[in-house]
Amino acid sequence: MVITKLVGARVKRKEDPRLITGRGTYTDDVRLTGTVYMAVLRSPYAHARIRKIDVSKALSQPGVLAILTGEEVKQMVRAPIPALAPLPGMKMAQRFPLAVGKVTHVGEGVVAVVAETRYQARDALDLIEVEYEPLPAAVDPEKAMEKGAPLIHEHLGTNLAYSAKGSAGDVEEAFRRAAGTVKARWVEQRLIPMAMETRAVVAHYEAGPGALTVWNTTQNPHVLRSALAGMLGLPENRVRVIAPDVGGGFGSKIDVYPEEVLAALFSMRLGRPVQWAEERTENFAATIHGRGQVQEVEAAYDKDGVVLGLRVRIWADLGAYCQLFTHVIPTLTPTMLNGPYRIPNLAWELYGVYTNKTPTDAYRGAGRPEATYLLERTIDLVAYRLGMDPAEVRRRNFIPKDAFPYKTAVGTVYDSGDYEGALNKALALADYQRLRREQQERLRRGEGKVLGIGLSTYVEICGFAPNMPENATLRVEPGGTVTLFTGTSPHGQGDATAFAQIVAEVLGVPLEDITVVHGDTLAIPQGLGTLGSRSMAVGGTAVYQAAQRVREKAITLAAHLLKVPPDKVTCAGGSFFVEDIPDRRLSWKEVAEKAYNPPPGLPPDFEPGLVATVYFKPPNFTFPFGAHVAVVEVDRETGDVRLVNFYGVDDCGHRINPTLVEGQIHGGIAQGVAQALYEEVIYDESGQLLTNNLMNYAVPTTTMLPPFTLEASVTPTPVNPLGAKGVGESGTIGATPAVVNAVADALRHLGVDPAEVQMAATPERVWRLIRKAEGRRR
Amino acid sequence: MLWNIQVTVNGKKYTHAVEPRLLLVHYLREVLGLTGTHVGCDTSQCGACTVILNGKAVKSCAVLAVQADGGTVLTIEGLAQGDTFHPVQQGFWEEHGLQCGFCTPGMIMAAYALLQHNPHPSEAEIRHALEGNLCRCTGYHNIVRAVQWAARRLAEARTG
Repeated sequence: MVITKLVGARVKRKEDPRLITGRGTYTDDVRLTGTVYMAVLRSPYAHARIRKIDVSKALSQPGVLAILTGEEVKQMVRAPIPALAPLPGMKMAQRFPLAVGKVTHVGEGVVAVVAETRYQARDALDLIEVEYEPLPAAVDPEKAMEKGAPLIHEHLGTNLAYSAKGSAGDVEEAFRRAAGTVKARWVEQRLIPMAMETRAVVAHYEAGPGALTVWNTTQNPHVLRSALAGMLGLPENRVRVIAPDVGGGFGSKIDVYPEEVLAALFSMRLGRPVQWAEERTENFAATIHGRGQVQEVEAAYDKDGVVLGLRVRIWADLGAYCQLFTHVIPTLTPTMLNGPYRIPNLAWELYGVYTNKTPTDAYRGAGRPEATYLLERTIDLVAYRLGMDPAEVRRRNFIPKDAFPYKTAVGTVYDSGDYEGALNKALALADYQRLRREQQERLRRGEGKVLGIGLSTYVEICGFAPNMPENATLRVEPGGTVTLFTGTSPHGQGDATAFAQIVAEVLGVPLEDITVVHGDTLAIPQGLGTLGSRSMAVGGTAVYQAAQRVREKAITLAAHLLKVPPDKVTCAGGSFFVEDIPDRRLSWKEVAEKAYNPPPGLPPDFEPGLVATVYFKPPNFTFPFGAHVAVVEVDRETGDVRLVNFYGVDDCGHRINPTLVEGQIHGGIAQGVAQALYEEVIYDESGQLLTNNLMNYAVPTTTMLPPFTLEASVTPTPVNPLGAKGVGESGTIGATPAVVNAVADALRHLGVDPAEVQMAATPERVWRLIRKAEGRRR
Repeated sequence: MLWNIQVTVNGKKYTHAVEPRLLLVHYLREVLGLTGTHVGCDTSQCGACTVILNGKAVKSCAVLAVQADGGTVLTIEGLAQGDTFHPVQQGFWEEHGLQCGFCTPGMIMAAYALLQHNPHPSEAEIRHALEGNLCRCTGYHNIVRAVQWAARRLAEARTG
């Protein structure tokens, strides 16, 4: 596809006028007559048996209409909260909407209440009495695997949900002939996804038609529809799920959550709409966490810095239950264990372990940041060990740009890439040599603030996936305006604008004449929502193909109306005309009107209407890549780390709207930096969530981030006709190791072993490393 | 025990009997139906609830409705003049200063307050003024540019 005019243009968003005037409708803005409100009482214990629940005082409060406990709810649903099919040999633990018999993480829902007002529902929680028998908690994933660890799900007999392993080449031989090896143990800490909008739901069951309508902050309305239908025993075609405006997701709103089911159950029982909005403190414990891995890495290298072999062991902290993708996310890490490097010999082991903590699941990057992190930190260790520049060591290991499509040692087939090109561009953008000189200058002068320069070269796997199609329906209305329906479900990405650009380009109709509809299962055939950086690569291709189909049909009809063969018709600038007779032209309005009211004389096989539905099944994932350079200042007295500058070269293939792409990279980098420096979920040994709200969890503010300096690289993908790869998660994947490498780079000049730097590189951690190194020197 | 309050919101006078513990943000959203102001946290960190109360930007989740009695409130819904966006709103549109839009009303009101008392803020001053408004989508890069755009447009309007 040639990128001209609208496609590739920095078009202002169609979504913005309502959002900048406060006229968006987020789930908790929905107002239905007769609505009542739900609140959930949650476990204060990480692990405890539920001995007794007494709701009598709460039930007698003014305004309280109904209360449900776990045992009752279990009888009312036909299945537990859904999860993807278990991995081979896996011990599966799924949850019901409220705890049954025992609680297994702080924040697990125990009792649900509905009352006339929000405040009454919240007050009622204080009057519910639950008697718990606390049990020892299994908090650390490695310890949870050991014999004698408290069993979270007794019927499974173990806390080890699954183990998996793989290998390529001959790792033993690689380590035998190596010039040297490096070894490290790193922690990918749990993170709170922290979408600015917490979760919310409005469930409205109408007994007359036997139909359920649910407004929810979901990233994938059709998935929720199927889940609710299955759990509640309703047919899918009488369940409607609407994702209205959604205030961010980052993966945390993919899952089906208990509260959606509970609100529906209450609505079915009470015959009134039931509304629930998560409080932020609630959100920290009741919405999935991201990441959660312990990584042990060993790398063997030759005298030139070429990595010959890699050994990796990963413990994945699943939390108490498998929600939708909990068990699957960690398995994505091994698929990208080669990164942008040839590394022919690898061996990996993966352990998925239950713990008495909030379940983990997809969070921006979902399994791939973890792979990039361990690779990028390892390659820096190799460079330092050999006294080589980390940029040069990367160059010696890259997959060359003429090698694509390229099958990595772990078996993943990359579509296209130019890793050395991206690195060189990023180094030039950052003026890398000048930075190194400044670093040395400061050290020579003995300055209190040491400069650190960190690199990261990443490739990631997205555009999920070969077995995950997406659909678009394009309708030209009789009056000539256009309605586009997409199975994606954007929540900030701006796809409505970008898709409209594609339609406007293909059809030649003005952008203002195109309305994009998403997030409503009534209006749209089965779709998979917005996740895994697939909306443009997969959803956008379906849009493009649907637009082409409509265009072809319109041309065929216009040809009949103009009385010429179709190949003589030009469709451009909003009209249909014959090349050498330009004053005989038809508008889209004229053609559309005739499509729905066909005149006599058309061929008998001409089907009326101007609508097309297309499903696009991608033949492969796509592989965006890039190079990031982070510059930090470390205060050697206080351990304070300041991110001074961040440079990024990111390649996501063709950019349909470069402004939206940059926005995704900005936001992605911000979250990547946050993991490196600021954010960390902390549980104590008894499973108490210590970082339980924004007072003790450092989501970055305006003053904690610099402006970002970005440059584009464009290597189209052959996987789809747009040449677009997806970019939503790239920034996060690349940024985290760049920043941690920068901190390690600063600290190694102070005698710190770079392998010892852990995330988040808070002032306390950094200070302790500096003091420890000083102690060693004395 | 309900208290009677009278509040002028976006130029319109309202009278209601409210619980003393009713938060201003809930008064705006639930009683007045002005859902443009959002709730993003419960510890007054995030700033999504920012409105202008008696000329000052406040976090309406940390203000009781009874504290606004006799006062004047400006919310996001009151910023545009008919179909004409306020320069701060326009700046967010021009510079792609929003993605999901949830932090945006609070962010716009905070930026509006900044430009009222500091019409020519530096980047550092913009970041400092918006430190109480969290955004998870944009990384703040384009939010700063949006405020700079608005500052330029407001300056042009004053001199032009």
